[in-house]
Amino acid sequence: MNTQTIENKLIVSSSPHLRDKRTTSSVMRDVVIALIPAIVASGILFGTKALILIAACIVSCVGFEYLWNLLMKKQQTVGDFTAVITGILLAFNLPATLPIWMAVIGCFVAIVVVKQLFGGLGQNFVNPAIGGRIVLALSFTSAMTAYPNAFYFKAGVQTMASATPLVSIKNMFANGTWEKLPSNLNLFLGNQPGVLGETCALALIVGGVYLVVRRVINPIIPLSFIGTVFALTAVAGANPLQQILSGGVMLGAIFMATDYSTSPMTNGGKLIFGIGCGLITVLIRLFGSSAEGVSYSIILMNILSPQIDRLTRHRVFGGGK
Amino acid sequence: MFSFGKNAFKRTRGGVLPGHLKNTSGCATEAMPIPKTVRIHLAQHVGKPCEPTVKPGQEVFVGTVIGRTEGGLASVVHASVSGKVSAIEEFILPNSIRTKAVVIQADGAQTPDPAIAPPEVCDRESFLAAVRESGLIGLGGAGFPTYVKLTPQNPEAIDTLIINGAECEPFLTADYRECLENGDDVLEGVRLVQKYLGIRTALIGIEGNKPEAIAALTKKAEGDERIQVRTLVTRYPQGAEKVIVNELTGRVIPKGKLPADVGVVVLNISTVAFIARYLKTGTPLVEKRITVDGDCIKTPKNVLAPVGASIADVAAFCGGYAEEPKKILLGGPMMGMCVYTDAYNVAKNTNGLLFLGDKYVKSQAVLACMKCGRCADACPMGLMPPQIYEANKVNDMEEVARLQVDACMECGCCAFVCPSKRPVTQAMREAKANLRDYRADKKK
Repeated sequence: MNTQTIENKLIVSSSPHLRDKRTTSSVMRDVVIALIPAIVASGILFGTKALILIAACIVSCVGFEYLWNLLMKKQQTVGDFTAVITGILLAFNLPATLPIWMAVIGCFVAIVVVKQLFGGLGQNFVNPAIGGRIVLALSFTSAMTAYPNAFYFKAGVQTMASATPLVSIKNMFANGTWEKLPSNLNLFLGNQPGVLGETCALALIVGGVYLVVRRVINPIIPLSFIGTVFALTAVAGANPLQQILSGGVMLGAIFMATDYSTSPMTNGGKLIFGIGCGLITVLIRLFGSSAEGVSYSIILMNILSPQIDRLTRHRVFGGGK
Repeated sequence: MFSFGKNAFKRTRGGVLPGHLKNTSGCATEAMPIPKTVRIHLAQHVGKPCEPTVKPGQEVFVGTVIGRTEGGLASVVHASVSGKVSAIEEFILPNSIRTKAVVIQADGAQTPDPAIAPPEVCDRESFLAAVRESGLIGLGGAGFPTYVKLTPQNPEAIDTLIINGAECEPFLTADYRECLENGDDVLEGVRLVQKYLGIRTALIGIEGNKPEAIAALTKKAEGDERIQVRTLVTRYPQGAEKVIVNELTGRVIPKGKLPADVGVVVLNISTVAFIARYLKTGTPLVEKRITVDGDCIKTPKNVLAPVGASIADVAAFCGGYAEEPKKILLGGPMMGMCVYTDAYNVAKNTNGLLFLGDKYVKSQAVLACMKCGRCADACPMGLMPPQIYEANKVNDMEEVARLQVDACMECGCCAFVCPSKRPVTQAMREAKANLRDYRADKKK
């Protein structure tokens, strides 16, 4: 038998020798795709300024990540799309009228301070976009809370809202003053004042369904988060539908609370996490000094995630306690 | 990853769908010509390697004992060709076990050893002695001596015999061909084990992607209410011992225990068929059906190869290499081991020989873990690989012990699903080894 010998050329590696097609980039690409409906909605509702702000945030987040890796002589990670997502999500949390230089500061905080200083992807314990948003909200409070009306750029529409629906509801709750709220349909479609990515529930839900169908996210966190807000506000006597359709609940529950690095891994942990987010959101909205509590609730639960993971470990098959 | 309905928040059983790739399922077994030289290593089984019982220059026949060892986990190795022993060499297995190998120059006559005769079996003891002398080991891949499996500490408590025909590894069809070609041997082997070990029920488990095998065996088992053929969900790793026992009986084998501890004996389907053939002919285990496949082999086939044939000889019988392989695997792609040369030899428990090239061997950058938890969802044992990795990294062995990494069977599901292409299974092996060392140090 004629035999040729192959030696010292073969790759020897640890099993398994097959790998799933899914990669980090493909997962993150799916998230970007899921954000497209909300980007389109923000363009329709808040005009070109919104789109420019989103573009500026993407460019600066990717830029900061690139520069960080370059200066720190680390493996370049901009190809994994995570900085793009942080940019879009941060922009979604800004009013369309915010000066771009402020947004760039937010991007710096998100990418460099919150993400890279803690070790980069997977090591940050707080959602970078939310970290950036909170720093901006505390630093530039008036610019960050000057919410334009939807279609403010059109003639005949009042530019600035006197209050977002949440502020109105809060006032109603606190001193019984009645202000006119947008209808539920308008809330659902996004025709309400607010930051540029959170207003259109329809677009956010479409993106969320896409992520669930593509098995990028598990629906437990969004469902338990939104469900808890709905149930608790109903019990408290508020209009639960208004509560889940206004403010950042949809955006936060679908896109921010489901961030892999900062949320629990197990299904039980995800349930606790989602309920916790909903609970803190409602407490802040109804009893806190701030009208909105979504980002604070997520950041608090982010910090608890490692502990939740520890408490909700899977039962080892055939294992003891 | 998740399920709806009444188990919405209960974790699923884990496992993955790596694709079937059973290209050779229609390939009837072909016996390869006897190679000029075979090299048979003496650590074919799990346990202490055998010592050679032949010397260089000695004449051997097919079935002549060439290696033997005594003790609890022992087996016998036989010559697979007739000819002359040319050397006894040092040999290192892919899992770095050191042993000896007997090199035999074949004379091509394949003269059977004159001592070969059907064994006289009349009771449990003579049956077990025969199985021991046959050199039979688990043919599913692990290579556990079969007679040891058949002699549990608690024989009276065994009520179920499970025949593992899951063959859940992609590519492999060797067990499938056994069902189609030697179905009668399978059934006869099952009945023999039942008879001599006094086991009431036998369950044959086969994955649902092999309907022909299920149909063939179901037909043969018709009318025998002591043998049931069961369809398993097609999901890797259905054929893992603890998984198949749970799937077929609902019983859970505790960590560190054996199937016998829950009243079950598990045998591979080719293993049990061999028992029937051995009792008829007395020819020991000297040849093995091997699925030869991969993108680098010209003609994928199921080959009946003598134990000790070189990989290059088997490849030549399959038309040679279509292109030079980048990886050669013994076994399936999920748990198989790489060899560094095709001068390496096939063994009793080799069920697959895969020659993989660019289509399957890709170098992908290892990225950071983003804690997506897919590995934890895929783990059939319910382990938490990211937490184990972190604890092992900081050498917190008490935490590694609490995370029970010793339950890991290295099935590869965690690394398969990892989107960051991290070597997760390898990390679990490291943690297991570190935990073993830590426990050994603590005992001192």
